[in-house]
Amino acid sequence: MPRPATERIRLQLASTMDSVAQVEEQAEKFIQSLGVNEDEIFPLVMGIREAAVNAVLHGNGYDPEKSVVITLEHLADSLIITIADQGDGFDPESLSDPREEENLLRGTGRGIFLIRSFFDEVNFRQLHPGTEIRLVKKLADGEPG
Amino acid sequence: MALSIATRELDGVTILDLSGRITLGEGSVQLRDAVRELISKGVKNILIGLGEVNYIDSSGLGELVSAYTTAKNQQANVKLLSLTKKVKDVLQLTKLYTVFDIFDDEASAIASYK
Repeated sequence: MPRPATERIRLQLASTMDSVAQVEEQAEKFIQSLGVNEDEIFPLVMGIREAAVNAVLHGNGYDPEKSVVITLEHLADSLIITIADQGDGFDPESLSDPREEENLLRGTGRGIFLIRSFFDEVNFRQLHPGTEIRLVKKLADGEPG
Repeated sequence: MALSIATRELDGVTILDLSGRITLGEGSVQLRDAVRELISKGVKNILIGLGEVNYIDSSGLGELVSAYTTAKNQQANVKLLSLTKKVKDVLQLTKLYTVFDIFDDEASAIASYK
C-alpha cells in the first residue's frame, strides 16, 4: 500500500527521564518506518534525545506541572521534529563552540552542538513561556516520501 | 541497557570495562562514582574500556571529560580503550578525540603507562 505523503505523531509528556526514553523509542520507530538507512538513524535519534533532555531538564527543570510536546512529522522529502518545553527560554546565540580550545575540557555544552551536527536545519522559537526547537532532516533519494 | 562497570587490574593499571550506555540518568553517575572512587584510593593509572559501549550522549561525554580532568588534578591518568564506531564518531565530532590517549588494543594501552 502506498505510504501517505504526510505522517505525524504528537506526544505530550511529563518532564521526566522516562519521557525522554519514550521519545527516543518513538522517534526510532518513526524514522525506521520511513526506510531511512540504518546508519543514519542513530545520529538522528541521538539528536532528538538531546533535544528532549534539554526540554525536560534545562527547560522544564523536571517540574511535574510542566510538560513537553513533541511532534514527529514526515512531510514530502523531510523529517521534521519539534520539541517544546514550558521553561524560561534561553538564547541559543549565547552558546559557544565546544570544539574551541578553551571549551574542550568543559563538562557541558555539547548537546546543541551535536543536534546542529546531525540535522540540516535547527531553529529555535520562543513560546512565552517556553522554547520550541525545530529540527529538519532532508531525506536522501530512495527513501520513501 | 543501563551501564555496567567491571573493574580489574593488570600490570599496575586499573581497567574499567564498561558495557551499555553512558547517558544522563543511565550511566553518567555510575562512571563518575567509579572513577572518583579509584582516584580517592590513590589509583593513578586508569584505563576505561569502551568496547561494549554502544551509546554515549552529551552528558556521557561530559563525564568522560570530567574523569580526565579529575584524574589530571590528582596526578592520575585516564585513557580510553577500544572505542565502538558510534562512540568514536561522537568523540571525533566534538574534537574530544584530540584530548584523550586512545588505544585499540589493551597491550599497547597498558604499555603506555610505563
